Amino acid sequence: MSVIGVEGEDREHLSKEERRHLRRRSFALLRSLLHPVRGTVALTAAVVVISSAAQVAGPALIAYGIDAGLPALLRNDWLPLGLAVGAYIATGVLGAVLIAWYTVLTARVSQAILIDLRRRIFLHTQKLSLEFHENYTSGRIIARQTSDLDAIKELLNSGLNQLVQGGLYMLFVGVAMFIVDWVSGLVLLASIVPLAVLTRWFQLKSERLFRRTRVASARLIVQFVETMTGIRAVKAFRKERRNDDEFAEQVEEYRSANAKVIGAFGTYEPGLILIGNLALAAVLLIGGFRVVDGSLAIGVLLAALLYTRNFYAPAEDMAMFYNSYQSASAALEKISGVLEELPGVPDPADPEPLGHPAGHLEFDSVTFAYTPARVVLPQFSLDIPAGQTIALVGTTGAGKSTLAKLISRFYDPSEGAVRLDGVDLRRLKPDDLRRAIVMVTQEAYLFSGSVADNIALGKPGASMEEITDAAKAVGAHDFIVALPDGYDTDVNKRGGRVSSGQRQLLSFARAFLADPAVLILDEATASLDIPSERLVQRGLQTLLADRTAIIIAHRLSTVAIADRVLVMEHGRIVEDGAPDDLIAGDGRFARLHSAWRDSLV
Amino acid sequence: MSPRPHSTDRHKPRDRRKPRDPRQSRPSTARAIARLYPWARPALPRIVLGAVAALTGAVVALLIPQVLRSLVDGGLSDGDPAAIWPAVGLVTALGVLEAGMVALRRWFVLVPGTRVEAAMRQDFYAKLQDLPVSFHDRWPSGQLLSRVVSDLNLIRRWLSFGVVLLVVNTVTILIGMLLLWQLSWQLAVLFLICSVPLWVYGYRFENKYSAVARRSQDQAGDLATTVEESVHGIRVLKAFGRGHHALERFSQQAEELRTTEMEKARAIAGIWLWLLLVPDVTFALSLFGGVLLAVAGEVSVGALVAFFATATVLRWPVESIGFLLSMTFDTRTAVDRFFEVMDERNTIVDPVAPSTVARPQGRLTFEDVHFRYHDAPAGQRDLLDGIDLDIRPGETIALVGLTGSGKSTVTALTTRLYDVTGGRILLDGIDIRDLTREELRSHIAMAFEDATLFSASVRDNVLLGNPDADDDALREALEIAQAGFVYELPEGVDTMVGEEGLSLSGGQRQRLALARAVAAKPSVLVLDDPLSALDVDTEALVEQALRQVLASTTAVIVAHRPSTVMLADRVALLEHGRVTAVGTHSELLAGNDHYRFVLSSLEHETRPEREEAPA
Repeated sequence: MSVIGVEGEDREHLSKEERRHLRRRSFALLRSLLHPVRGTVALTAAVVVISSAAQVAGPALIAYGIDAGLPALLRNDWLPLGLAVGAYIATGVLGAVLIAWYTVLTARVSQAILIDLRRRIFLHTQKLSLEFHENYTSGRIIARQTSDLDAIKELLNSGLNQLVQGGLYMLFVGVAMFIVDWVSGLVLLASIVPLAVLTRWFQLKSERLFRRTRVASARLIVQFVETMTGIRAVKAFRKERRNDDEFAEQVEEYRSANAKVIGAFGTYEPGLILIGNLALAAVLLIGGFRVVDGSLAIGVLLAALLYTRNFYAPAEDMAMFYNSYQSASAALEKISGVLEELPGVPDPADPEPLGHPAGHLEFDSVTFAYTPARVVLPQFSLDIPAGQTIALVGTTGAGKSTLAKLISRFYDPSEGAVRLDGVDLRRLKPDDLRRAIVMVTQEAYLFSGSVADNIALGKPGASMEEITDAAKAVGAHDFIVALPDGYDTDVNKRGGRVSSGQRQLLSFARAFLADPAVLILDEATASLDIPSERLVQRGLQTLLADRTAIIIAHRLSTVAIADRVLVMEHGRIVEDGAPDDLIAGDGRFARLHSAWRDSLV
Repeated sequence: MSPRPHSTDRHKPRDRRKPRDPRQSRPSTARAIARLYPWARPALPRIVLGAVAALTGAVVALLIPQVLRSLVDGGLSDGDPAAIWPAVGLVTALGVLEAGMVALRRWFVLVPGTRVEAAMRQDFYAKLQDLPVSFHDRWPSGQLLSRVVSDLNLIRRWLSFGVVLLVVNTVTILIGMLLLWQLSWQLAVLFLICSVPLWVYGYRFENKYSAVARRSQDQAGDLATTVEESVHGIRVLKAFGRGHHALERFSQQAEELRTTEMEKARAIAGIWLWLLLVPDVTFALSLFGGVLLAVAGEVSVGALVAFFATATVLRWPVESIGFLLSMTFDTRTAVDRFFEVMDERNTIVDPVAPSTVARPQGRLTFEDVHFRYHDAPAGQRDLLDGIDLDIRPGETIALVGLTGSGKSTVTALTTRLYDVTGGRILLDGIDIRDLTREELRSHIAMAFEDATLFSASVRDNVLLGNPDADDDALREALEIAQAGFVYELPEGVDTMVGEEGLSLSGGQRQRLALARAVAAKPSVLVLDDPLSALDVDTEALVEQALRQVLASTTAVIVAHRPSTVMLADRVALLEHGRVTAVGTHSELLAGNDHYRFVLSSLEHETRPEREEAPA
């Protein structure tokens, strides 16, 4: 099994090879995130090095104060004690100020990394093909951008802090210990062995467990989002109780996964304390005998003991770091997987410029298949001159929408090329392509914001006048001004209250405002009532006069404004001609058309 | 107006009361968090035991310096090596005990903490499922998601870790002070005086920090909402090439969050500064005073050693107070956010003494039904403005009207997705508000225009309203909805669809939604424009099959097309929230201008129209 991209992310057990690949991928991502902030990182490192060194001086100064200051004072010499106390205050103030500064610096670094990462995933998921979105599901993409990012945030905010600060502190304490008393230093060094063994054990154990919690939490999020977005159907069909049961199961899975992680940590932390305390006893034992035989000053023994205690104090924080590190690296693994996915429709490396598109479309020996075995559109060629209005007709599943998606480059053809004004769509800059070709689909999604904002999505920066003109052109103006705040009405506030027909009118206005050379309407009028549809049709006649249009509609009323009708069946174009000619004939379209006429009475 | 796509206020949930000024009549953090009691209660004994274990561990750690003291003053100053072994043995024993106590603390609080979190999560979810649709209209699901995931996670960590350490560390500091006192009261007083700035700062910190914490959590919720919309609206964003545009908005929100987070970091840096500075200065002063006292013979060298060893043990508890406090305030915010939803009053509830429809006939009666959204501006007319309609058992009635005339609202009222704001709706003579929601919704089944499929098999999706039905019922429902395509799916009716499964086309989803309504075998069928996404051929087949069902079932069908209207026995014409005409299709076609306007096809467009009345 492969672990490229998002493959295998639900698996708990991975081979060594696969784990290595994931780790490499995560680290590469981490490196690239750190790169832009390396200056601040360097400064942060310098600050933390100095502050840790300053902090470490404490016990040595105490030792000096007791061993040298005390006898000196007996001789009425205040200098050594004054030096010790003065140095203590100086290092203390320096250390504290630097740590405070360090806290702000790390926040700056981690926030910079987070915002970078957020934007990267956001942009990348926007680029990924619809096919990816449909397979990977929205719940998981949301989980990647919410709970997984939370885990990384946790690591950057506190975990990394603890690691760097704690790690350096341990290092400096170790060094100071050797300087003060090398024998005790050796004891401390020896105690690192069990520490390393314990840490390795915890690392191996928790890595797998953390992966499990990520999987469990993603499932939980999917269920939650699905319930909330489908709440009407949940209620209407009394799914609440069954949902409660399913959710309870997912919550329990997440809980037990989480409990196992905390459990592993519950062994690790006391283990650390135990090692630290045993080291303390050993230092005391060896130091005690040396004090008795006069080879060690009492102050130095105290310093050694304090250092030992200090050495293990941040060890707990380091374990906390491990905690957040594991959870973040599991998250990073998934995020880097999504980022590794190649957009199904990649942007061209050196795009061809598109001036003023005329709207001439050309399918040159195009084939489209999801997999070699699942051919949706067998090879065909088609030429649509600029300015033509095409009605695309056929039963559900005949391939009409696929054809439309090839034109709007939601998919790329498996073979052959689709061209706009002679330029392969794959050679166009995404911005040029989207400016030239716009598709309106049946599902008219509204984003939170005002009605005007939603229309303006068709043309960012549009004036209010342009927005109202677009709304008037598609017959949406009247219902919009009847809303409580007119164009400023918040669509979220009215969430369920803009009817689906009205939503479709808004998405029409959006397309109208976008003013593309090629307009694709995929069942875009399905939810409209007849008077609205009539208004839209009338608007379309003017709108489509100087542009290319492909209209997919079950209601054959569209045919009235079409120059040409294409009838599709099983992925093939089986009829092609002017509407009147086809109606007059005795082909499929003639039959469909008369069936449709019958349905009108 | 400058076009700011998706502008308006950034503080969601939009209808909620404005976030209160934190300094104004805000309940104390302790009282706010105490509201967790009902969930935390089962865990409390173990949390208390955990705290006891932790405290024992802390005391044990504090005893180690005492051993050092007696060793330094005794064996070491006397030059007696024999005293070393017992002291080391004691230190070892205490060290093992401390580790054991920490393990015990973890063991005690581990499971209950996760259980509390799980219980709260389930209750939150159940509450959300219970709250009416109008609540969900108002609350973006990103805000709900951030509560159910991040906020509850935080609460769990605080319960099983934060609160225990906060209490234990505070007590440890107090006990440590006592020990210091006993070592040297002069030095202890010095220690105490030096700690005053800490307490003052800690108190001021709360005010500064909690406001920022709240803002940060709200902004994170907003960001989650934007993420969600960008994923659910991906087709629109792609079709218009607005990915970059969406990114701009997202970046702007992320920037705002970053600004808040930096403010938070500065507040934390502030408390860190004090938490480090104060102990260091205290240590320095103690060193000075301690040596002076030793010279004066007031304290022994052993006591001095023990003093510093004790103070070192206390250092971590003192430093930890900073992040424990910020964690506590974060938790308080999380608790507030949790209860914002839990406190929401459900307006659509089951009656105290429910009636029941013994033998459902399927008579649906609307008596002077009014409906308006509670936030509709005063002076605006009711959305439904006195609907009177009597649908006889077995009858099929079509609702016809312009977009926005209230058709969908009528359908939503029948199953109490919303409640009427005036008048009443009767099912077989009983006010639907006198039935339990469960019973009502088992009598009335709906098919929505935007068909929602859940992550489950086709079978489970279709049998959603009637989980006990057998394969025959399933087959029958699929046949009526012309959804035979499911048998060609990779695993037939067991194929997973929805979010986590195969994605189906709009027309396929709509047919499954219709099959779902039919399979529920209700006494009343409510269909909201159920055939809009179907092609003409399929539509004709569905209509033909649907006629058998409709022959014996009461049905309300929202219709936009004459062909759908033909399914109905009678048609009710809706205009501005009122039923202005009821009759058969041909009657209305012959005698009602507005009806002709609404339903006349494009064929008639050539005819002059007298009414081009705006909606």
